Amino acid sequence: MNSPERSRSIFRFAAPHNFYPLAGRLAPCFAAAALVLGVVGLWLGFFVAPTDATQGEVYRVIFIHVPAAWMSMFVYLVMAFWSAVGLVMNTRLSFIMSQALAPTGAMFCFIALWTGALWGKPTWGAYWVWDARLTSQLLLLFLYFGFIALTRAIEDPRRADRAGAIIALVGAVNVPIIYFSVQWWNTLHQGASVSLNKAPSMAATMLLGMLVMAIAAWMYTIAVVLWRARSMILERERHTEWVGAVLEREAQGGRA
Amino acid sequence: MLSTFLAVLRRDLLLAWRGRADVLVTLAFFVIVVCLFPFGVGAEPNQLRAIAPGVLWVAALLACLLSLHRLFAQDHADGTLEQLLLSSEPAALWVAAKVLAFWLSTGLPVVAVAPGLALLLDLEQGALPVLVLSLALGTPILGLLGAVGAALTLGLRGGGMLLALLVLPLFVPVLIFGAGAVEAEASGTGAAAHLLLLGGGLAGALALAPWACAAALRISTD
Repeated sequence: MNSPERSRSIFRFAAPHNFYPLAGRLAPCFAAAALVLGVVGLWLGFFVAPTDATQGEVYRVIFIHVPAAWMSMFVYLVMAFWSAVGLVMNTRLSFIMSQALAPTGAMFCFIALWTGALWGKPTWGAYWVWDARLTSQLLLLFLYFGFIALTRAIEDPRRADRAGAIIALVGAVNVPIIYFSVQWWNTLHQGASVSLNKAPSMAATMLLGMLVMAIAAWMYTIAVVLWRARSMILERERHTEWVGAVLEREAQGGRA
Repeated sequence: MLSTFLAVLRRDLLLAWRGRADVLVTLAFFVIVVCLFPFGVGAEPNQLRAIAPGVLWVAALLACLLSLHRLFAQDHADGTLEQLLLSSEPAALWVAAKVLAFWLSTGLPVVAVAPGLALLLDLEQGALPVLVLSLALGTPILGLLGAVGAALTLGLRGGGMLLALLVLPLFVPVLIFGAGAVEAEASGTGAAAHLLLLGGGLAGALALAPWACAAALRISTD
């Protein structure tokens, strides 16, 4: 169904020396998109969107909080996906991608928790409640830390890649279990004293601002991951000829 | 196939028996951690009764975590692990045997001692069978999940801390349902749902963890 040339033209980017220049060309585009969308989203969120009827101005943290929370969960899935691809297809780039994603995912996880705490204090009167969503987000952060710590602790990159992939997959299987168990634990302990459900109707500009910010978070993630993957490729392939050629060219002021 | 399973099981149990001190240390750790809580939170019986299920479960979890490194470390050091991996028998099979032996030598003593400690914390006596049952269903899950972590961190610097970071988030559901079962029984709502979920978790872990653990061992000894 696929002609050989066609499939070649896509999968040849699985080779690090083909991916490196492609990532170098794409990363600035995504970074620019992230910057523009971020500015537009924040402007919409902080200046255009109306004040919330019940929560006042505090709710505006939602424009950072919700996209970060979405992103932190999504990045873990992508990480597990690349890990699975790496284990099945035995491609080096897949492992590089999954390891390049982890710090960004952990960062978004932390931002979601931090902004959530800042939001919780004025609305619920506490920085932290052991609510199901907060707790599962915290455990997700620990899963990120575990993945990062394991891949950094192993010196042999081949072993680090595979061990990280296994723990990412084990984590991905466990994430739904953790989520539902935590939800059940919370509802068993106490009635929903604090409901995180948002007001049923949302002003269109609020929703728009949040979506723009979510897309900005996507663009940021892609840009940062491409850059991080580039440096990981350089580090791992430093003994090859093409890296030597690239470094020489960049030293002379040209672009790769 | 069964003979391989039994041979590995018998060997590991024999080794555990010869090194009884290790098992006793795990047990002593469990007892001491539980006894620390009254000093920390005060000896008020009502309060102790309220926290007893959680305390017993967290202590059992930590005792299991601290003994996990023993699961493969010695076999890795003396080369047994490589020989086992080279054998034609399916790796998941003897991994399951090793985990079973590990549970029999560390999990089972903890389960056996737990009711006595529950009395120290003044847990309702009606909830003791549920405590034993929940630990008996839950600690094998801890062993199975922990085996994957132990295999991944085999021979690493600071492996113990790393192991804790890797597996503790995965232990949370077991802790929730295990301690929840005892609490539900003590408060009179019935523990059947919790125990069924623990049983389901055990079945799932039995089906998946030995394979993941075998894959992790191959990676670590490569």
